[in-house]
Amino acid sequence: MSFKLDSKCPEGPIGEQWTNHKFDSKLVNPANKRKFRVIVVGTGLGGASAAASLSELGYQVTAFCIHDSPRRAHSIAAQGGINAAKNYQNDGDSVYRLFYDTVKGGDFRSRESNVHRLAEVSRQIIDHSVAMGVPFAREYGGTLANRSFGGAQVSRTFYARGQTGQQLLLGAYAAMMKQVAAGGVKLMPRREMLDLVVIDGKARGIIVRNLITGELESYEADAVIVATGGYGHVYYLSTNAMNSNATAIWRCYKKGAGFANPCFTQIHPTCIPVSGTHQSKLTLMSESLRNDGRVWVPQKIGDTRSPDQIPDSERDYYLERVYPSFGNLAPRDVASRQAKYRCDEGRGVGASKRAVYLDFRDVIKRDGEDKVREKYGNLFQMYEKITGENPYKTPMRIYPAVHYTMGGLWVDYNLMSTVPGLHVLGEANFSDHGANRLGASALMQGLADGYFVIPSTIGHYFASNKFEKVTTDHPAFKAAREEQEGMINKLLAVKGKKSALEFHRDLGNIMWERCGMSRSAEGLKQGIKEIQALRADFWKNVNIPGDSKDLNMELENAGRVADYLELGELMCLDALERDESCGGHFREEHQVDGECKRDDEKFCHVAAWEFTGVDKKPNRHKEDLKFDNVHLAVRSYK
Amino acid sequence: MSAQHDSKTIRSGEAATGMKIHLKIWRQKGSRTEGQFEEHDVDNVLGDMSFLEMLDELNVKLVKQGKEPIAFESDCREGICGACNMVIDGQPHGPEKATTTCQLFMRHYKDGSSITVEPFRAKAFPMIKDLVVDRSAFDRIQAAGGYNSVRVGNAQDANAILVKKDDADKAFDAATCIGCGACVAVCKNASASLFVSAKISHLVHLPQGREERESRVIRMVDQMNEEGFGACSNTRACESTCPKEIKIENIKIMNWEYLRAKATEREKLAGGGGDG
Repeated sequence: MSFKLDSKCPEGPIGEQWTNHKFDSKLVNPANKRKFRVIVVGTGLGGASAAASLSELGYQVTAFCIHDSPRRAHSIAAQGGINAAKNYQNDGDSVYRLFYDTVKGGDFRSRESNVHRLAEVSRQIIDHSVAMGVPFAREYGGTLANRSFGGAQVSRTFYARGQTGQQLLLGAYAAMMKQVAAGGVKLMPRREMLDLVVIDGKARGIIVRNLITGELESYEADAVIVATGGYGHVYYLSTNAMNSNATAIWRCYKKGAGFANPCFTQIHPTCIPVSGTHQSKLTLMSESLRNDGRVWVPQKIGDTRSPDQIPDSERDYYLERVYPSFGNLAPRDVASRQAKYRCDEGRGVGASKRAVYLDFRDVIKRDGEDKVREKYGNLFQMYEKITGENPYKTPMRIYPAVHYTMGGLWVDYNLMSTVPGLHVLGEANFSDHGANRLGASALMQGLADGYFVIPSTIGHYFASNKFEKVTTDHPAFKAAREEQEGMINKLLAVKGKKSALEFHRDLGNIMWERCGMSRSAEGLKQGIKEIQALRADFWKNVNIPGDSKDLNMELENAGRVADYLELGELMCLDALERDESCGGHFREEHQVDGECKRDDEKFCHVAAWEFTGVDKKPNRHKEDLKFDNVHLAVRSYK
Repeated sequence: MSAQHDSKTIRSGEAATGMKIHLKIWRQKGSRTEGQFEEHDVDNVLGDMSFLEMLDELNVKLVKQGKEPIAFESDCREGICGACNMVIDGQPHGPEKATTTCQLFMRHYKDGSSITVEPFRAKAFPMIKDLVVDRSAFDRIQAAGGYNSVRVGNAQDANAILVKKDDADKAFDAATCIGCGACVAVCKNASASLFVSAKISHLVHLPQGREERESRVIRMVDQMNEEGFGACSNTRACESTCPKEIKIENIKIMNWEYLRAKATEREKLAGGGGDG
């Protein structure tokens, strides 16, 4: 089993590629669309929008979600906004500028063709969402409001207070539920995908566990779409939700899907700091706060005065100092590293000294508390609930935390993985953000993939292939079910002494230490050894009470942790082999003044890993990246 | 040093101040078996722990003892997904105003507190296990009409229709509902009026949502009744319990919209089927 990476990126001028590609793609006539069945796994922004739009086209869709309702998907927690090249502010924005900013923001490790398409469809996403009833913020004149996000010098971010993800998800969810009522989408909640079924080299179905009855169920289709989000939860502490997991994509990887750039992790600069080992997650404070909040630390090392006692002349507004052009709106990877440097210097604040201030004093003085409340009210409230401190009176304390994974399953321009028929959308794929995602681009990508890209590309796959009728009685389904039953029984049979959560915490510590904000060859090699040892211990010592024929959350979690214990090793391996620094991937050996030093000679490519067996070294494949429009240059925000 | 490592020192420093909390928790194997309360002590509970993190600690302890942990739902743990649903000392989501269970922090409790934890109870929310209930009735109500019927690709430019800021704000205030079901759990009639009205109100405040206002309200209200939710008797318990502070004014809007739709019988004239 081996794959070849063919990006299938169209030729020709960048601005015409998507239009030409759509014209060149084969179509399926409306009557024939009804004959094709599509499985969609995951119902966040990518999955719900795909299920809705494919069903509108006439395809028979079955949508699976892990929650009791699709509305719980973690897209709901996205706060700050969604980018679109509307240029409503007349501030010089354009499709090309959004494309340029995103390629540069990703530190030249994404595909130009994909990113340009994303920028093109961004405008339609806003149009469609408004038509769906998404209540975006508006000006008094009735037009849509915008704000700025990191890595951009224009205001192109649309928002619904600090709950943009919620409103966009509820829009996509509503569109999908309408199709559920119409019979076009069959919704299967409380199901967890455990395996991909491949028949004659094509993805033809999935095995899921019914989380209520414990039953393993089989579903067949003509294509499978996986939109199950990112894998940041491998770090245990992250801004991801409790149920966010890598199992679906990991099992696809084991069935032949290439896993691209697994080490590309986004550490978000503004999160509420860790307060203790009991902590189950970290909470993001939206990047939008950096429109008005100013980041600083005391100039003096070990200054323990309360922030209001430190005069401006003794504060270091370090982002404004180091990056005068972008200031507090430097991109996430850059802002995170600077926060780490300040704390490493001993200038961190708060009890742990691993925090910096995000201060709203000046904007409150300028615009008043009410204006600030209107813009950021829910974020301030959330901060106060978690920390017990009032951010209107005293600056927020923040620190970087794992937030997003740019890596994911490799897909071509059609969003198809290396397994024919398996398509991957949203954060679960790797395609658009390179080595660092810009703020407010995740919502854009999820909806672009689901509403606008997959409806155009999946038809080409159907029209270019022959589909033999398969049923779930096929030996491949039987084998996959037996394999999963074996895995579950193996987990239950360990009967050790530790809960899966404890292993997850330990893995998180290794990942943060070895493969976090700063990485080195030595540390990564060490990390791989530590993970292998922890994995061996897991299979001897995990304990899962109860059985498999019931709602058993310990069993669910243990299966996910087992996968993280393999994925974590691949992430370290990928970080080790990528012997350069780029975006969020910072190798200590490769830096200039604390900034990333890329090696375009050797690493201007995507690395896609091919599974060869547990405890065996996977194969590393390369897809070379070409930059015909945005010239390869050292990224500067100074 | 990593943030995670730092935190260990913080915790050991605070260990002496950890509280002991006594929990009375509802355990039930499934919908066909009887449930009962089970009592547990959790030691070393810190003020910075959320209520759910305290339950995590208890579950780790139970697993180590080979006992089945308490089944409860949670996901985002930042108050927006609506997954967590517990009745804490008789109050859905506990005693703090405008707070989901996951955002309830233990600093609001004293050492030695005894706390009772139960599931959301309502006929339309069948029991699954322990604190987990089935809230899929909400999805079916949503499917009945909680959308604008616009196909992908049909939309005009987003600024082509102006929306008064005040209307957009009101729409947002209603749309902020997280679908947790606390309004149902607290209501003596187990009415879902606040939930349903929030969606009606959200869409009717926007010009884009007014094309289907009649069919939407009739179908959603009918579905709500079919699911076995009770009627609203204006006690306002839902409003004071709602973690997102959805206003009861929305129920007034829903009732008005329902009467208006019935009076004009627009659904019948429109053929009643939407494009379903």
